Amino acid sequence: MDSTIKKQLEMTAVNVRMGIIEGTFNAKSGHPGGSLSIADLLTYLYSVKMNVNPADPDMKERDRLVLSKGHTAPALYSVLAEKGFFPKEELKSLRHIGALLQGHPCIHIPGVDMSSGSLGQGISVACGMALAGKIDNADYKVYTILGDGECEEGQVWEAAMFAAHYQLDNLVAIVDNNGLQIDGKITEVCSPEPITDKFAAFGWHVITMDAHDFDSIEKAFDEAEKISGKPVAIIQKSVKGKGVSFMEDKVSWHGTAPNKEQYDQAMAELSARLEELKK
Amino acid sequence: MADVIKIATRESYGEALKEIAAECDKLVVLDADLAEATKTVKFKKEYPERFFDCGIAEADMMGVAAGLAASGKIPFASSFAMFAAGRAFEIVRNSIGYPHLNVKIGATHAGISVGEDGATHQCNEDIALMRTIPGMVIINPADGVEAKAAVKAAVEYVGPVYLRFGRLATPIFNDEATYKFEIGKGIQLKDGKDVTIVATGLMVNEAVEAAKLLEADGISARVINIHTIKPIDKDIILKAAKETGLIITAEEHSIIGGLGSAVAETVAEECPVPVVRIGVNDEFGHSGPAADLLKEFGLCKENIVAKTKEAVKKFK
Repeated sequence: MDSTIKKQLEMTAVNVRMGIIEGTFNAKSGHPGGSLSIADLLTYLYSVKMNVNPADPDMKERDRLVLSKGHTAPALYSVLAEKGFFPKEELKSLRHIGALLQGHPCIHIPGVDMSSGSLGQGISVACGMALAGKIDNADYKVYTILGDGECEEGQVWEAAMFAAHYQLDNLVAIVDNNGLQIDGKITEVCSPEPITDKFAAFGWHVITMDAHDFDSIEKAFDEAEKISGKPVAIIQKSVKGKGVSFMEDKVSWHGTAPNKEQYDQAMAELSARLEELKK
Repeated sequence: MADVIKIATRESYGEALKEIAAECDKLVVLDADLAEATKTVKFKKEYPERFFDCGIAEADMMGVAAGLAASGKIPFASSFAMFAAGRAFEIVRNSIGYPHLNVKIGATHAGISVGEDGATHQCNEDIALMRTIPGMVIINPADGVEAKAAVKAAVEYVGPVYLRFGRLATPIFNDEATYKFEIGKGIQLKDGKDVTIVATGLMVNEAVEAAKLLEADGISARVINIHTIKPIDKDIILKAAKETGLIITAEEHSIIGGLGSAVAETVAEECPVPVVRIGVNDEFGHSGPAADLLKEFGLCKENIVAKTKEAVKKFK
């Protein structure tokens, strides 16, 4: 990847992370851990990959994204705000009464392609969108992001079977493999592993990538682009809470908002990172 | 008297899909390995490129339907009522109801008249489940003519619709040439002053027959067909409550949460009159021929007559 583009993406990703912290801090609730682990992925998709238009969010030929792991809405909202779908100010009223930004993604928010949050459902909806694209011979791609814990839901595998059967090669499912879910490590709760082997067995083309390295991300999506006749699953090896030192790889940050002190520390760390990148 | 023609509403559902598809290229049909039984096979044969079998995976099917609707299609997702409304309830609620997507759910084999397959497949709870989802339209056609008209109306309506069809062939009593269907509008089939029988689905014909028998015994019964259970036609029900003072409801569904509940809720809030509910009581069904089961569970004109007489005696 071109180093200037890479630096730009890294800076955007820091801003996205600041938005996540801003949102969850002001909401006094929400899910920062899994939001931070997909910040780089969403930054890449919305900055580089996806054909979307903030001035026309429902544009027919747009690429679609269904955040199947809907609890990480703060990451999606932060990226959409960064992209200009709505003012960044909205992040401060996340989860408040009367706010635009609901606790989980809602289809009525500009740029949000589907309401989601009940795990296992988004991937099926993404299959339906991809199927519609096939019926219409449309060029758009459909992306869906799942949690690794989410792969414990049976519906994920019903959808995996469907996507392969209908050869939905316009569908890319990214599994955020940060290894943690509410009750602990995914391997200790009720292991969905090996996730890569499972998707391969279901007839998907499987790619693994480093979720926090834009070169690796680019490589994975370039490979995905070349696949035909099969849906693509990208298993991203990620760190829950990535980018905020005290949140990294800590299950306790799955669904806890930072308090004022933690907010200040997180923002200071992210600001420092941004300054470093600007050098 | 001419022979009564009997057609299952699921047959008319399949026919309607096939007919509408010719003029509506947005129409696509999904099934979950039951196309032969739900009769979506009629559509599949004519339009294989717009038919998608999801396999035995109803939860996924509802999600796929949501995605299709979000991309401009008008999907009909079909399965037995037990699986469409029961198994897939939460997907219907969250992926179709909450985003208010233009998905039509074609649920067949509803009620006790599934027959021999027994309790696991006799869905007497689907209307109750679907009624709780905000914005969900629920239509339970009374005969083949109404079923076809309902499918057409569902295609024209923008938003989620749950259509309930039966397995059993039942008498056609509406005249296709003159029949008019409007979502949310009940139909008065017979006037009466002593009592009103409000029926839905295959119980409508039984109610009409029961009213004739009651008439002979000196009880003037009004008969109303409520094909749309949600949104329910409050006007026609409240008018009946005011004018006849007593309501009997008749449905092939649990007395909990279905038509009887909807009618009782309506009158309780605005014009309280006694409401006697005929339906499947708080119990499961069992195997047997559909016609015998309907009699056994009191879903027949004889029971409507008996319950109505009892109610008239008690309340009038």
